[in-house]
Amino acid sequence: MIPLSWYLILAAALFCIGTYGVLARRNAIAILMGVELMLNGVILNLLAFWRYGEPTTAVGQAFAAFIYAVAAAEVAVGLALIVVIYRSRRTTDIDQINLLKW
Amino acid sequence: MDPRQPLELLTVLIPLPPFLAFALIVLFFNRWKRLSHSIAIGAMGISFLMAQFVFWTVVGRGGETLYEHPIAVSIPWLPSADVALEMGIFVDPLTAITLFFVSITCLAIFIYSVGYMHGDPRYSRFFAYISLFATGMLGLTVSDNLLVLFIFWEIMGLCSYLLIGFWFEKPSAYRAAIKAFLTTRIGDVIMLIGIAYLYAQTGTLSFDAILRNEEVLHELAITPSVIPTLSVAAAVGLLIFAGTVGKSAQFPLHVWLPDAMEGPTPVSAMIHAATMVSAGVYLVVRMFPLLSVGLEHAAGTPPMEAMAVIGTFSAVFAATIAVAQNDIKRVLAYSTISQLAYMVAALGIGAYIAAAFHLVTHAFFKALLFLGSGSVIIGTHHEQDMMNLGGLRKRMPVTFWTFLAGGLALAGFPIITAGFWSKDEILAHAWAHNPTVFWALAAGALLTAFYTMRQICLTFLGRPRSHHAEHAHETGWVMTGPLVVLALFAVFFGLVGVPEDFPVLGEVTRALFHGNWFHHFVGATLGEAPEALPFNPVPVALSVGAALLGLLGGWLVYGWRPLAEGQPDPLLRWLGPVHTVLRNKYYIDEFYGLALIRPALWLAKEAYEGIDRGLIDGILHGFARLGELWGILNRWIHRYVIDGGMVDGSAKLVGLVGREFRQALQTGQVQHYLVSVLFFLCTFALLYLLYLGVTP
Repeated sequence: MIPLSWYLILAAALFCIGTYGVLARRNAIAILMGVELMLNGVILNLLAFWRYGEPTTAVGQAFAAFIYAVAAAEVAVGLALIVVIYRSRRTTDIDQINLLKW
Repeated sequence: MDPRQPLELLTVLIPLPPFLAFALIVLFFNRWKRLSHSIAIGAMGISFLMAQFVFWTVVGRGGETLYEHPIAVSIPWLPSADVALEMGIFVDPLTAITLFFVSITCLAIFIYSVGYMHGDPRYSRFFAYISLFATGMLGLTVSDNLLVLFIFWEIMGLCSYLLIGFWFEKPSAYRAAIKAFLTTRIGDVIMLIGIAYLYAQTGTLSFDAILRNEEVLHELAITPSVIPTLSVAAAVGLLIFAGTVGKSAQFPLHVWLPDAMEGPTPVSAMIHAATMVSAGVYLVVRMFPLLSVGLEHAAGTPPMEAMAVIGTFSAVFAATIAVAQNDIKRVLAYSTISQLAYMVAALGIGAYIAAAFHLVTHAFFKALLFLGSGSVIIGTHHEQDMMNLGGLRKRMPVTFWTFLAGGLALAGFPIITAGFWSKDEILAHAWAHNPTVFWALAAGALLTAFYTMRQICLTFLGRPRSHHAEHAHETGWVMTGPLVVLALFAVFFGLVGVPEDFPVLGEVTRALFHGNWFHHFVGATLGEAPEALPFNPVPVALSVGAALLGLLGGWLVYGWRPLAEGQPDPLLRWLGPVHTVLRNKYYIDEFYGLALIRPALWLAKEAYEGIDRGLIDGILHGFARLGELWGILNRWIHRYVIDGGMVDGSAKLVGLVGREFRQALQTGQVQHYLVSVLFFLCTFALLYLLYLGVTP
C-alpha cells in the first residue's frame, strides 16, 4: 500500500500550489481557483488520515462530501461577487479592487 | 404681709400699659386708626390713674414718711458671678412729683394728638411711637437704679429719633432725626462711661444704696479718681452731667433741639416739655446728692460749678437766639433750652428744690405753649412763620387765652402764673449764693419776657398778615381741651410752692397747704428739707422788674403798633448785623459743620478711599489676583503639559503611529493581508513546534 506520507506530501503540494495561486495571481478568478486547490489539498489530507486512522466508519467520506458541498456554495458566492465587482468596475484585476482600504 | 405691697405692685405696673399699647398697635391694629388711638389713650389713661393714685397716696403720707419708707422693690435681673444687676422701682418724693406731671402732660398730649394728627397716613404708627415714648419716661421715672434708668433713657432716645423723623419724606425731617440722635449720643456715651465708673467704684448702681448712704457718698468724695484733682464723685458727676447736657440740650450739645421741631407738634411738646428733656434735668436732680457731695467744705463741687457755668451760659445764650427767630416752634425750642438751663444753673448753685419746682411748672407751661402753637399751625393750615400770622386773637379765642397763660408763665408774670414762683425761687437762690449767676439769669428772664411778648403779639395781635391767618379757624375740643387743662396748671400750680414768708400770699397758702408744700414734700427727698431762704424783696423786685420790662418792651415793639403785612421785623433795623448773627444761631451749626462734621466726613471718606478701598480691598484684590495668576499658571500647565503632553499627547502619538501603520499595512489589497496572515500563521506554527511541539 502506498504509505501515508505520500498522500500527505501530495496534499501539502496541492495546498502550496493553491496558496501560491491565491497570493500571486492578479486575476480574481485565478485566486478563486487557487482557493479550490487549497481546499482539495485539505480534503486529501483528511481522507488520507481517515483511511489510515479509522477506516471502519465512513466519517472521512461524509466530511469530504460536506466540504465539497460547502466549497461549491462558496465558489458560487465568490463567483457572484466577482461578477458584481466586474460589473461595477469593469475589471477582475485584484490590484485595482481596493475597496477595503479605509 | 407688708401693707405697702399693693402700692409697690401698682408702681411696677405704671410703665406697662403704654408698652402693651405700643405692641398691640404695631402688631395687630395698625390698620384701624380709631382703634389705635383708643388703645393708646386708654393705656395712657390707665397709667395716668395709677400714677395719680400712687402720687396722692404718698402725698397723704407726707414727704418725711416717704423718705423713711420709700416705695421700693427690686429683683435680681442679670446675675453674673457673685453679683446681680437688679431692676426695680423706687419712689421717693421727687419720683412722685415727676410721675404727677409726666402722667398729666402725657395724657393731655395723647388726647391732643387725636386732633393734630387727624388724617395722617401713618396715624396709628404715631400713637404706637408716643406710647413707647411714654413707657420710656414713666419707666425712667420709677426706675431704682442707673442701669434701668439708662435703658429707658435710650428707649426715649430711639423714640425721639423715630418721631422727629416721623415725616421722613421731608429731607429736613430725617436730617433732624439723625442730628438729634447723634448729638444726644455723644452725651449718652459719656454718661454710660460715668455709670460704668460708678459701678466699678461702688459695685452698685442703686439710687437707694448710693444716694441715701452717707458712707458711700463720703467714700466716693474722698477717693481720688483717675483724673488728678478730681474725686470719684466729681468725675462721675461730670460724666453723668454730660448725659444731661445732651438730653436736655444744653450748650454745646443744644443744636439738635431746634431742628427737632421738624417732628409733629405733639412730639415737640412730648420731647420738649413732658418727657425727654425733663429726663435730663430729672437725672441731675436725682443724682444731686452725688453731685453735691463735699459741698460743706467748699463753695461748690466741680460738677456743680460745671452746671452753674453751662446752665447760666445756655440760659442767656438760647434766650438771645430766641429773640431773632421767626418760626413759632423754634422760638419755643430755644426758650426750652433757656428754661432747662435755668434748672441746671439752679442745681449748680445748690437750689435743689427750686430746680425741681421749675422742672414741674416748666413741663406744664411748655407743653401748653407747644400744644398752643400746634393749634395755631392746624388752624392756619400749617403756617409756622410768625411774620405771616397775626390777628388770631378773635379767630382762635381758646388758643389765644391759653397761649397767653402759658406765655405769661414762661415770662414769669408776677403772682398769677406758676412760672413766676419757680423762676423767682431760682433767682432768689442765685441772689443769695452767686450774684453773677443772678444777674445773668435776670438778663435771661428779661429776654424771655421780651421774646414771649413778641411771639404773642406777632401771632395773635394786630391784623392777619397772610391769607392763611385771615381764614384761621379754632380747632376742635380734642385740641383745645388739653390746652385748657394745662393752662389751669400753668396758672395755679405755682401756689403749691409759694414761699412761706411771702407777703399776703404766704398766709393764704399756709392756710391751704400748710405752708410751702412743694418745698417740704420734695425737700424730703434729701432726707431733711434744706432751710427755706428768708424772704428777700430785692431779688423778687428785680425778677418782677425784669419780667415786666421784657413784656413791656415786647409790647412796645410789636404790640403797640402791630406789623403790617410785609413789614420787616423792627429789630432788624435796630440790631443790624447782630440780628443776623442771632438769627443764624451764632453760626454754631455752621461751626460744627466746619469743625466737626466736615472733618469727620473727610476722615470717613479718606478712610473709605484709603483704608477700605485701598488697603482692605487691595489685600482682597491682591489675593484674588494671586489666585487668578495661579489659575492662569494652572491652566497653562494643564493645557500644555497635562493635556498637551500627556493626555492629548499619548492619544496623538497613538493616532500618529496608527496612521503610519495604516498607510503602511492597510493597502486594501486582499493579497497583502493574506500574506501577513500566512506569515503569522507560519510564525505561530513554528513557535508551537519549537516550544510545545511534537516531542514524541
